[in-house]
Amino acid sequence: MPLLDIRGLKTHFKTEDGWLHAVDGVDIAIDAGQTVCVVGESGCGKSVTAKTVMKLIDMPPGKIVAGQVLWQGRDLVPLGPQEMQKIRAKEIAIIFQEPMTSLNPVYTVGAQIAESIRLHEGLSKREALNRAVEMLRLVNIPTPERRVYDYPHQFSGGMRQRVMIAIALACSPKLLIADEPTTALDVTIQAQILELMVELKERMGMAILLITHAMGVVAETAQRVVVMYAGKVVEEASVEDLFARPRHPYTQGLIRSIPRIDTAATHKVRLEAIAGTVPKLINPAEGCRFADRCKHAMPACRSATPPLVEATPGHKVACILEAALA
Amino acid sequence: MAGSTPASATASPAGAPPGGPGGAPAARAAQSVSPWTEAWRRFKRHRLAFWSLWLLGTLVAAVLLGPLFYKVGINEVDFSAKLSTPSWKHPMGTDDLGRDILARVLYGGRISLAVGLAAMLMAVTVGVFIGAVAGMARGWVDAALMWVTDLFLSLPQLPLLLLLIFLFREPLKAAFGLEMGIFILIVVVIGGFRWMPVARLVRAQFFSLREKEFVEAARALGASVPRQVVRHILPNSLGPVIVAATIDIAAAIIAESTLSFLGLGFPPDIPTWGRILYDGRDYMDLAMHWALFPGIAIFLTVLTINFIGDGLRDALDPRRVL
Amino acid sequence: MSPPGRPEGEFRSAQREGTPMSNAPLLKVEGLVKHFPVKGGILGRVVDKVHAVDGVSFDLQAGETLGVVGESGCGKSTTGRCILRLIEPTAGTVWFEGKNVTAMGTTELRGMARDMQIIFQDPYASLNPRMTVQAIVGEALTIHKLAPDPAAYEARIVELLQVVGLSADHLRRYPHEFSGGQRQRIGIARALAVSPKLIVCDEAVSALDVSIQAQVINLLEDLQSQFGLTYLFIAHDLSVVEHISDRVAVMYLGRIVEIATSRDLYTQPRHPYTEALLSAVPIPDPLVKRKRIPLQGDVPNPIRPPPGCHFHTRCPIAQKGLCDVQSPVLKVVGDGHQVACHLRS
Repeated sequence: MPLLDIRGLKTHFKTEDGWLHAVDGVDIAIDAGQTVCVVGESGCGKSVTAKTVMKLIDMPPGKIVAGQVLWQGRDLVPLGPQEMQKIRAKEIAIIFQEPMTSLNPVYTVGAQIAESIRLHEGLSKREALNRAVEMLRLVNIPTPERRVYDYPHQFSGGMRQRVMIAIALACSPKLLIADEPTTALDVTIQAQILELMVELKERMGMAILLITHAMGVVAETAQRVVVMYAGKVVEEASVEDLFARPRHPYTQGLIRSIPRIDTAATHKVRLEAIAGTVPKLINPAEGCRFADRCKHAMPACRSATPPLVEATPGHKVACILEAALA
Repeated sequence: MAGSTPASATASPAGAPPGGPGGAPAARAAQSVSPWTEAWRRFKRHRLAFWSLWLLGTLVAAVLLGPLFYKVGINEVDFSAKLSTPSWKHPMGTDDLGRDILARVLYGGRISLAVGLAAMLMAVTVGVFIGAVAGMARGWVDAALMWVTDLFLSLPQLPLLLLLIFLFREPLKAAFGLEMGIFILIVVVIGGFRWMPVARLVRAQFFSLREKEFVEAARALGASVPRQVVRHILPNSLGPVIVAATIDIAAAIIAESTLSFLGLGFPPDIPTWGRILYDGRDYMDLAMHWALFPGIAIFLTVLTINFIGDGLRDALDPRRVL
Repeated sequence: MSPPGRPEGEFRSAQREGTPMSNAPLLKVEGLVKHFPVKGGILGRVVDKVHAVDGVSFDLQAGETLGVVGESGCGKSTTGRCILRLIEPTAGTVWFEGKNVTAMGTTELRGMARDMQIIFQDPYASLNPRMTVQAIVGEALTIHKLAPDPAAYEARIVELLQVVGLSADHLRRYPHEFSGGQRQRIGIARALAVSPKLIVCDEAVSALDVSIQAQVINLLEDLQSQFGLTYLFIAHDLSVVEHISDRVAVMYLGRIVEIATSRDLYTQPRHPYTEALLSAVPIPDPLVKRKRIPLQGDVPNPIRPPPGCHFHTRCPIAQKGLCDVQSPVLKVVGDGHQVACHLRS
């Protein structure tokens, strides 16, 4: 049984122009100890999916219109705030993109780590603080016994993200959701943080759901990849399969539009850009959402939304052209 | 299919709305939506503000056009009808000299509104100028101007008001004539005490806006400082200023009423709302209508203006744009 | 007037790499320094300085693209802005076509705006939300009186919009009606209005989605060949910089540590920081495994940069007594390849 099984999730938002179909029928499964990357550009619904799992969406204007979020077999969608609180941080933890705004500037980092521990494990203040020191040591912050009394502004960007990771892992959750954790960081710090996350994952036997828009990060950290576009999953495969043989035209376009440093320097080729822009998701029409930007679009593509089917074992794609070829 | 090339690899669909196909905004794509149109749309959704706008509009129309239709004089003395309660002949009743209160309220409304508007304009003009200069110049100019602003802010308003009126009433009357002289005095005195918050606001806006990239872009294009201010910074800083201005009108009307109530404003024969209140204060138990109607007029005007200010604040909130 | 279409896979013209250019550079930067004062104390006196740019020198030939890359705080954006004098340099000289830009007065500088332009990072903040597209793109025409009459004005603006892939329908629209990529195109049209020779691209594609980024990168390349533009391309994404640039300068804490052609920088990096940077860039291919060169610690505070070589606190090969005492200067180590390192040059 997968650890987290998102089935047919639809999260819509009420706006003055109509319902925004931010997440429109998404299936993602994560097994224990696995690293799954959800990749897509802005507006594809990846962040909303993660926040829906944690029930962090404001329920008006947002609404979970359909679908299930099965955590170890138990559906989280109907759960109330009290029950969700027992799951958050203890079972599933989440870290966000901007560590400065995610950390409370008026509390010490020790207090913020300890808060999570005390809430879920009922330890005393002293014990929780000791655990906080341990967590800081775990995330490779030097002299943690002194740093535990520092405030967020006394840390650099990379260190703050480590503190976020320490808070997230304080109660040993089984799944860590990381929403663009390194986008705001310099590339050398990014490499450090990603390495740290993978190392901790091994050590604690955790699963990671990593949300990003950077294919390079996906290639380096993922075991399985889910590609999202305009609120839907368009492709899902192991990371090797995805890069070796991307099947969906969007994935192909995405990979071909990124400059690769190893080839860019020696072998300059014009980037293949995907024409057009992401469609607005308010009252979307039927049919494949990528059709307007797709080189291979046919009339049939616009009449019905292509389902996500398994083209080869372990490799799913939502494209009628690819499904026909398989 | 392989071989078919899109129109241009770098072009967006010509003429199509940025939302792409299948979106509701197709109808709006026909005409562009300026930020002011957007603001008006948002304002209309603020129920209280919208109805206040109508009510205020009616009040202003009544005050401006009323005397054209209701031709009762403001100084028509009629002892036989003195202190009469509201009736068909005198819809708001009469005062102790038998003068019709409705006519006096309508007339007084013009003066009160004119004072409110003029004082607001003066406060806003001075405030925007000082705030803009301080915001653009920074350094010691800014420090000096802020020092002056703080000085004005810490002056006790009412005693100073009284002092200034006492000092300048006669000279101004002599120079500009009775009504105009007092009008100028009142406007300068009220407006002169209300420019400081506007200056602060504008200065704060300038500080934040001058670092914005679109202003930097204008500098890079070769725009002179006046051009940057007038074309780029000012239009984007007007939001909070407009809101402050509406509140200023309300405050100025109250200030004028207070002055008249204290007997320090316009001469006794000019029936501003505050003056009518002042005149009627001794007859509150006998002829409550005398003080009630001008009081309601002041109350409604100020209330509607404040609600409109609220609506404007929401409508012009820069965080909502984009 | 549409940009030349290129079939995919074609190699970019090697002309710029091999052909000898006229010797006088279009832009010459010498010893550029920018310190920002830090105020403190009761009286607000200057107590410290942020050493944003600490002695930057380079040449830029006409028609080439020089990439400037580095992590946050390295001073690359400040350098770009100092060249245009959007920020006043503390010291150093900037020469454009032999004219001393740093010494110019206001009027002369305004004239320079016709030769040097800039494209900004944030497509949302770089356009005045209360101006129409026509007014935004045409502002330069108004300022420099480049359009003899309203018809010519509008015609020129439409021409510019079409060149960047927009259309005449967009003239009377407002910025908030456009997507990020389209806004960036408007910004490019604005910069092109004066027919500049040099454009500073300050993280021009960093805030865009990946697929839009490629569109804009291609557009910039097309415009370069169409109009003979010279670019100073500032970015933190090394892959993008390597792709678009002929030469690349790597900056660290206010100084250039290495300059080379983009090929040489990747195949033969000399400076330890460049090596570490290259090893940290993620490659979108799971089969490529590289050895990462880890850097210890964090970027030092630019208010109190380390003495000597700014990088020595994190350098794996730093030599005590040399690197922490003496600042290295850029020395030529190959054809067009310069390095600032005591041990590697």
